[in-house]
Amino acid sequence: MNAVTLRVTADRTKCCGAGMCALNAPDVFDQDPDEGLVVLLDPKPPHELHRAVHDAVGLCPSSAISVEEG
Amino acid sequence: MTPAGSPSTVPQSEILAVPAARGACPFDPPPAYAQARDRAAITPIRLWDGSTTWMLTRHADVRAVLADRRFSADAGRPGFPFVSAGRRTLATTNASFIRMDDPEHARLRKMLTGDFIVKRAEALRPRIRAIAQDLLAAMTAGRDHADLVTEFALPLPSLVICLLLGVPYEDHAYFQQRSGILLSNAASAAEIQTARAELTRYIKRLAEDKRDRDEDDIISRLNRQGTLSADEIAAMSLLLLVAGHETTANMTSLSILALLQNPDQLARLRADPALIRGAVEELLRYLTIVHTGVARVATEDVDLDGRRIRAGEGVLLMINAANRDDRAFPEPDALDVERDARRHLAFGFGVHQCLGQPLARVELQVALEVLLSGLPGLRLAVPVEDVPFRHDMLVYGVHTLPIAW
Ligand code: HEM
Ligand code: SF4
Repeated sequence: MNAVTLRVTADRTKCCGAGMCALNAPDVFDQDPDEGLVVLLDPKPPHELHRAVHDAVGLCPSSAISVEEG
Repeated sequence: MTPAGSPSTVPQSEILAVPAARGACPFDPPPAYAQARDRAAITPIRLWDGSTTWMLTRHADVRAVLADRRFSADAGRPGFPFVSAGRRTLATTNASFIRMDDPEHARLRKMLTGDFIVKRAEALRPRIRAIAQDLLAAMTAGRDHADLVTEFALPLPSLVICLLLGVPYEDHAYFQQRSGILLSNAASAAEIQTARAELTRYIKRLAEDKRDRDEDDIISRLNRQGTLSADEIAAMSLLLLVAGHETTANMTSLSILALLQNPDQLARLRADPALIRGAVEELLRYLTIVHTGVARVATEDVDLDGRRIRAGEGVLLMINAANRDDRAFPEPDALDVERDARRHLAFGFGVHQCLGQPLARVELQVALEVLLSGLPGLRLAVPVEDVPFRHDMLVYGVHTLPIAW
């Protein structure tokens, strides 16, 4: 199998806690209960979550999460 | 198109006055915005006081500017555009973090983000559902018609935000009436000032009373925070109280009306309630109740599509027009509960994107679910022409919605 791997990063200094990531890819992103900022649960999510991760990246209002392939 | 020229150099007679009037369909944004969107990325417009500013209507541009730190949300900066006298009064006096830039904005917003995370909104779902079911039972007891706004759509989010803030719901007539004035584009500056002062006094007294009690609501927690002044606490609480009930209330009523006017879509939702989540996103897109634009002012010169927005010039970002842009959504003027509408800008974008959106989503999903399952015979009790739409309000919707079942 030569499936693409995704490397996900989250930058809490940019995050405004809007929760689009936790809503759209809950297996990969959460929000901490105090400040509501992004918590990365899975920096190398399995293939079946890739679509949700890409959705979350596109929906994050403050460009706080990103993905790299490979 | 010449790159130079502020909007003030365009002849007054040719310049579009905003807010413009809606056309035949009460759900569609004003036709003038669609025409502007087809013609150019950026349009000079004239506001109520004769001042001129820029209007953006395309999805990609509105999204980009909302995420661009060169545009400020600080209404105290010269050039910031206001769509009415009341808007100016409201935004320039103690408006809290919605009208501030980072880092001040982030410092205050972060004190609340924990209260509005997705998980917390989900945890509230059973409680919100119980409230909605109680309201439905009270509305339908021994009757076959009612006004959906006063008996369901408005009390539901009001009860929820009161619960979160620690505001006694018994006072709802007091704060709803005054919130209504704050959000009216027809109210004078003096009326808005009075309503704002009364609400501020009300919240301050409430916060003061809570100081000696160890309660677990947002106002009590802001009290305990220690770094906030009484004015800051009042401004933040007021922002939540007002933003937290009028918006969701209007989305609820207008969504029901839009579904009743699109019976095929309503039938699809009734047949498969699993569609409700996606339908709420589509209704947010289609209805975009924040309908007079989101305002910003440029802090640097920014070139956009051959025009230059100069530092100190305002922009009005028409999220309603952007959400009907066919570059972003195919067949944008059709309500389609099965489309993926998640890229809509109804909650804004960038660091000011709606703080309450996880809560609003749950409230809207629950409201639709409870109303559709509880009222199989739901219908409009008056001709749609007789429904009073909120043209002159900051938040679009209906003043009343007579329904029968
Ligand atoms: C359907 C319902 C709602 C809609 C359509 C809506 C829409 C919006 C929009 C467009 C903005 C961005 C304003 C800007 O960028 O200048 C915003 C901000 C905000 N909303 Fe909402 N809202 C809704 C519900 C709520 C609820 C339920 C709450 C609170 C409980 C809330 C609290 C806020 C706050 C505090 C802000 C300011 C955020 C900031 O500046 O960082 N909203 N909302
Ligand atoms: S979507 Fe972006 S801004 Fe919102 S919580 Fe996730 S990372 Fe933060």
